Amino acid sequence: MALQTSAATTTTGAAAPPAATGRAPELTFSAAINQAIREEMRRDPTIVVIGEDVAGAAGRAHLGLVDAWGGPTRSTRGLVLEFGPERVLDTPISEMGFLGAALGAAMSGLRPIVDLGFVDLIGCCYDQLVNQAAKMHYMMGGQVTIPLTVRMSYGARPPTGQTVGGGAAAQHSQTLYAVLAHVPGLKVVAPTTAYNAKGLLIAAIRDDNPVVILEHRYLGPRARGAVPDEPYTLPLGKADVVRPGRDITLCGIGRMTHVCVEAAERLAAHGLEAEVVDVLSLAPLDVATILESVQHTKRLVVVDEDTPTCSVAHTIAARVADEGFDLLDAPIKTLNSVDAPVPYSAALEAEYTPTPDKVIVAVHSIFGM
Amino acid sequence: MTTVQPEAVTLAATLSRETLRFMYERMALIRAFEERVKALMEAGTPFGVAHFYVGEEAVAVGVCAALRPDDWIASTHRGHGHCIAKGVDVRPMMAELYGKATGTNRGKGGSMHITDVRVGMLGVNPIVGAGAPHAVGAALSAKRRGTDQVAVSFFGDGAANIGAVHESMNLAAVWNVPCIFVCENNGYAQSTPTEYSTAGEIWRRAAGYGLPGELVDGQDVFAVYDAAVRAVDRARSGGGPMLIEARTYRYYGHSYGDDPHRYRLEEEERDALSRDCLARFRAQVVGSGQLSEETLAEIDARVAAGIDEAVAFAEAGAMPAPEEVATQVFA
Repeated sequence: MALQTSAATTTTGAAAPPAATGRAPELTFSAAINQAIREEMRRDPTIVVIGEDVAGAAGRAHLGLVDAWGGPTRSTRGLVLEFGPERVLDTPISEMGFLGAALGAAMSGLRPIVDLGFVDLIGCCYDQLVNQAAKMHYMMGGQVTIPLTVRMSYGARPPTGQTVGGGAAAQHSQTLYAVLAHVPGLKVVAPTTAYNAKGLLIAAIRDDNPVVILEHRYLGPRARGAVPDEPYTLPLGKADVVRPGRDITLCGIGRMTHVCVEAAERLAAHGLEAEVVDVLSLAPLDVATILESVQHTKRLVVVDEDTPTCSVAHTIAARVADEGFDLLDAPIKTLNSVDAPVPYSAALEAEYTPTPDKVIVAVHSIFGM
Repeated sequence: MTTVQPEAVTLAATLSRETLRFMYERMALIRAFEERVKALMEAGTPFGVAHFYVGEEAVAVGVCAALRPDDWIASTHRGHGHCIAKGVDVRPMMAELYGKATGTNRGKGGSMHITDVRVGMLGVNPIVGAGAPHAVGAALSAKRRGTDQVAVSFFGDGAANIGAVHESMNLAAVWNVPCIFVCENNGYAQSTPTEYSTAGEIWRRAAGYGLPGELVDGQDVFAVYDAAVRAVDRARSGGGPMLIEARTYRYYGHSYGDDPHRYRLEEEERDALSRDCLARFRAQVVGSGQLSEETLAEIDARVAAGIDEAVAFAEAGAMPAPEEVATQVFA
């Protein structure tokens, strides 16, 4: 099952397991995030967590009420009990204020981890991300570093099979990462498993640049895998070949990597071996790994949950066409969600995002099937 | 005619000669720096966008005279004065305007981004109000790291109406961090008068956040200093943030090339000039006998020589190498 992808199933150096010293219990993606933050906070006293309800019940400890929330994805649950409210800072609802404050703190000796909750909320603090955090190091001639990590959840629900009801709709289901990856100076990563979520988050925390970590809302509580107990990092800016294959490259971003793996397994049952590349880093983009894969498969489908226009999928297609046109035996296909807001109704949301069925149709069309 | 308020006389009498010399030298240096930049631009030197602080020197200097070198400030788009008051070297500042690799920001920022973190200057910031949260963050950092540093957010009357400043005041109050908010109300946001854009009085908004707010005469460096010392003492001892509104006046347009007579009357300008911060300072300290005309003249000469040296330094510097276009995007 795609959601169980873990260290054991990866095939390249990008996600090679660390020197194992022992235990690697199975954790959810969210629990791996929690563990990564906890281990880093123990190591480095300058790390603080900032965001709305990252602890919860702020200021109510005297009533015996603490740790009431743990962030919008519950992935900071329990941290306030170990590190206290001085390091796990609940904020008012003021994204521009607290993201800007985290940036100021990053310029003056702290290493903040901001939990923005939803990527949809970047509109409330876009100036601090785009005009401030991303540009400080360059604009100031290299005299400051910005060790700032910004976590945000993204994504619509996969088709649920529901015949009534709906999801979180247009302002809490988006996959707005292309507008972040577009901005020079921001590193943007979208982990896909519990294992790489921990490794990439620790790398982000230790990095001296602003790094955005995108956590798919559906994967958080559901993706499970073996996660070594000790801290480890995975390289930012590196894609990962998660399934080898000779006939076609399926390039997935975020949850779409799981969609690609599922499609590849079904294609294999019919004799077609798809190689799956997990993009992992949207900025910087590891085009070399994708080109290496295309070099032997000669065909490429890119699958991206973001809306198509100016998407990362389109950038990947353009880069491969620019730099590897001669490698290709067939036109590149890109699969995105729809150039429309995310709908509420389960019936419509099911139509919105790419699915294994849609990937298989795209692959068949490339092979003239 | 220059008038001097009795309270300011009282305060000034208690200040050391070193403090007085510091105040005069920094105010004079700001004015000389900008007058030279303006003259260079008028002579055709192709500087980029620059906003002049002339007329407002008492605010930056009055506040920074109350700070330590290791305290932080976050500035506005009109930042030359804050830089000089906090101790940024005018030679790399001038080189930055020339776009030279020897500039404070290696020629990558220009007037609107001058920064020198070594002296606690977190950046000139031309996104109106955007520096306020950075000051809150620096204050949070000081509190978390257990130092007794404070941070100052300078912002203008225009920024008084943007969300970032209000979010910052609330956040600083909620977190009780040592951040001081200094509003430089120079009467105009570009061409829009404060009385049009701003409901109520800015300093009174502090009350909405449970903070003390004070209105001071921004043309009187002693009045600004007096309020700043109290705000800094309070913040440094854990008492939390404070808002100071300094009423001041920019003598020139919003930025180089803007003709302010399209939106304000000469009569108003004449009135502001009659309260010039440097003239008032001179009259007061000479009148009280604290500094002599000779001392002030010596300072003037040193300032003029410093600006000559800054221009020479800037002109001698090399432009950045072409490959620097894409260096330092990441650390």
